[in-house]
Amino acid sequence: MTDAAELLSRTRELLAAHPPAATDRLDFLKARFDAGLAWVHYPEGLGGLGAPRSLQVVVDAELEAAGAPDNDSRRNGIGLGMAAPTILKYGTEEQKQRYLRPLWIGEEVWCQLFSEPGAGSDLAALGTRAVRDGDEWVVSGQKVWTSGAHNARWAILIARTDPNVPKHAGITYFICDMTDPGVDVRPLRQITGEAEFNEVFLTDVRIPDSRRLGEIGDGWRVAQTTLNNERVAIGGMRLPREGGMIGPVAKTWRERPGLRTHDLHQRLLKLWVESEVGRLTAERLRQQLVAGQPGPEGAGMKLAFARLNQEISGLEVELRGAEGLLYDDWTMRRPELVDFTGRDAGYRYLRAKGNSIEGGTSEVLLNIVAERVLGLPAEPRTDKDVAWKDLAR
Amino acid sequence: MSTQPDLLYSEEEEALRAAVRDLLTDHCDPSGVVARVESDAPHDLALWKALAESMGLAGLLVPEDKGGQGATHREAAVVLEELGRAVAPVPYLTSAVVATEALLACGDQELIARLASGRSIGALAVGLHLAPGAAFPVVGCENGTLHGELTGIADAAVADVLLVPAGDGGLYAVDADAVTVTGQVSLDLTRPVATVRFDGAAGRRIGDAEPAVRRALRAAAGLLASEQLGLADWTLTETVRYLKERKQFNRPVGGFQALKHRLAQLWLEVVNLRAAARNAADALARDEDADVAVAVAQAYAAPVAVHAAEEALQLHGGIGMTWEHPVHLYLKRAKADSIAYGTAGAHREALAHLVDLEAPQAP
Repeated sequence: MTDAAELLSRTRELLAAHPPAATDRLDFLKARFDAGLAWVHYPEGLGGLGAPRSLQVVVDAELEAAGAPDNDSRRNGIGLGMAAPTILKYGTEEQKQRYLRPLWIGEEVWCQLFSEPGAGSDLAALGTRAVRDGDEWVVSGQKVWTSGAHNARWAILIARTDPNVPKHAGITYFICDMTDPGVDVRPLRQITGEAEFNEVFLTDVRIPDSRRLGEIGDGWRVAQTTLNNERVAIGGMRLPREGGMIGPVAKTWRERPGLRTHDLHQRLLKLWVESEVGRLTAERLRQQLVAGQPGPEGAGMKLAFARLNQEISGLEVELRGAEGLLYDDWTMRRPELVDFTGRDAGYRYLRAKGNSIEGGTSEVLLNIVAERVLGLPAEPRTDKDVAWKDLAR
Repeated sequence: MSTQPDLLYSEEEEALRAAVRDLLTDHCDPSGVVARVESDAPHDLALWKALAESMGLAGLLVPEDKGGQGATHREAAVVLEELGRAVAPVPYLTSAVVATEALLACGDQELIARLASGRSIGALAVGLHLAPGAAFPVVGCENGTLHGELTGIADAAVADVLLVPAGDGGLYAVDADAVTVTGQVSLDLTRPVATVRFDGAAGRRIGDAEPAVRRALRAAAGLLASEQLGLADWTLTETVRYLKERKQFNRPVGGFQALKHRLAQLWLEVVNLRAAARNAADALARDEDADVAVAVAQAYAAPVAVHAAEEALQLHGGIGMTWEHPVHLYLKRAKADSIAYGTAGAHREALAHLVDLEAPQAP
């Protein structure tokens, strides 16, 4: 078992062999990966040492103190948070060797080709077809809500390989080359004015069978790994008091007493309390994970986070009064990063509307909590034993 | 790292919970509580004896060299969670927390030991509705005898000793035999309030009232959140259980999405409340950031406990409206708790000062 002391000594060896100040950023990251210090809970040879995940902080703190470059994880959230755990769990040895290193160092950015115009909450109803042709699959269809597709080298993709069986059974999981000539990425402009998302049109994209993840027809199960990790990633951040959306509002309140009203005061205090309680809940969840007692609480974190972000940003627009009538900039642009607390109050208000839709709508998450945590019965279903091709659409 | 609160339960705390829950399962079933609250003696003194004396839980907050168990607010909070789950009619919060904290502030060794052992029950003669920073009524004091009347005193009916703030700024210990305690018809049947009348009762000054009352009410407000957590947890669990069983329209009622979403929402509130309540207990135990932690917990807990009890009643349908079903005991406790030791609004107001989010200035 690799313990904290050993991780610390390995980290110091890495720093001694590759002094950050005198080493190229990517070279340092490659060396860090090869030393097993990228994600210590991954296996040896794949950027880790099979150590407890909770010990990652030991490595991170030491590297940060030494001024070492990091892998700018926010630029490749889908790769790190979703593609990597899925490849680790279902990938072949060759796939793991090929994809994980460039993914972790950020050389290759990933996106996710899951949602479709006709398959949102009911993702398993997806209609993008993959037809076998020798050693290849020929893929055609339309994907949507694809963050970062315009920067991505690879995509995780789910497509229908058998329309003659019930919808969950006929899906297969692939790795799609975003540079294939059949891949057409078009910006999808959002209510904020910018285009952080895309529509992706796939026309006869040829994917070698060696880029299939998991068995044919087993894609739904493989995708569960991806989706569970997505929700963990969204809820798992550690914040100081006033660290989230409440921060800018509290700051404005303190700095500009002229904007205060009694009504806003009552609402602000209520939201401040809820933010602090949400922060404590996230911290409690983190402590449970570190103690090796993961609870079901994570399922609810995103729900709370979405509602709070929306209410707080809404309050902030109102607090600003006459300025609340203005918007910073409607110019269509392609941001590299998503920052929920960035820009002005109006932007934050509009962007937060997506928080209860992306990564599972709040309505679907409430169903998940009710059924998986509370054990309440599922809704009666009419789609379970029907071949996908015969479903109403 | 030392400033991070510990929001989990230790193994010892889980063992304590299991022991208390076992006792309550055997001796405090909901239908028994429904029957008891209508009798002349709503408090369950046999249960209190088992908790306080046999298990030694009345002395959790008292150091060992003063006759207690030398535990902390974290353990007392676990006991209160379980007592809340059972709406147990015992004076634990009022005697083992509130009166004990007041005595610890005054340093009265003899009374501290008596309360810690569970041999005596104490009550702080301050209205249950008062928040930690609020002004409190006092009685007159002449040559060591007390005159006047105080109302809304929780669990005074079973107190052996009252701790009474007087006009001279002192806190006086008064034997219950020396005063007239008259029960008030109370919304919360399991924690009734009473009027205490002083007609020249002999009192012994044990210390200054202001700091003692402030310390007692802060601990009370903080740990009340754990009682509210237990209460909310029971109402949610019981409602989920019932809705899996209850059938209408040839389906379990709990399968309807409109109800599932309400229960999932409530679950989320209970999860949040657990973090807030643990944080308050931990902050009180370490005396670090306690004012903010208590105000946050109490501002959050009261509406959640009331919401949980109200949802439990509504989702039980007709049976929830009957006297026979225990859900009304939880509703009454939750509603009374939402006033006890300061309303959520009072705690938000306190927070406004604590975290520098001040109200608008008068024009």
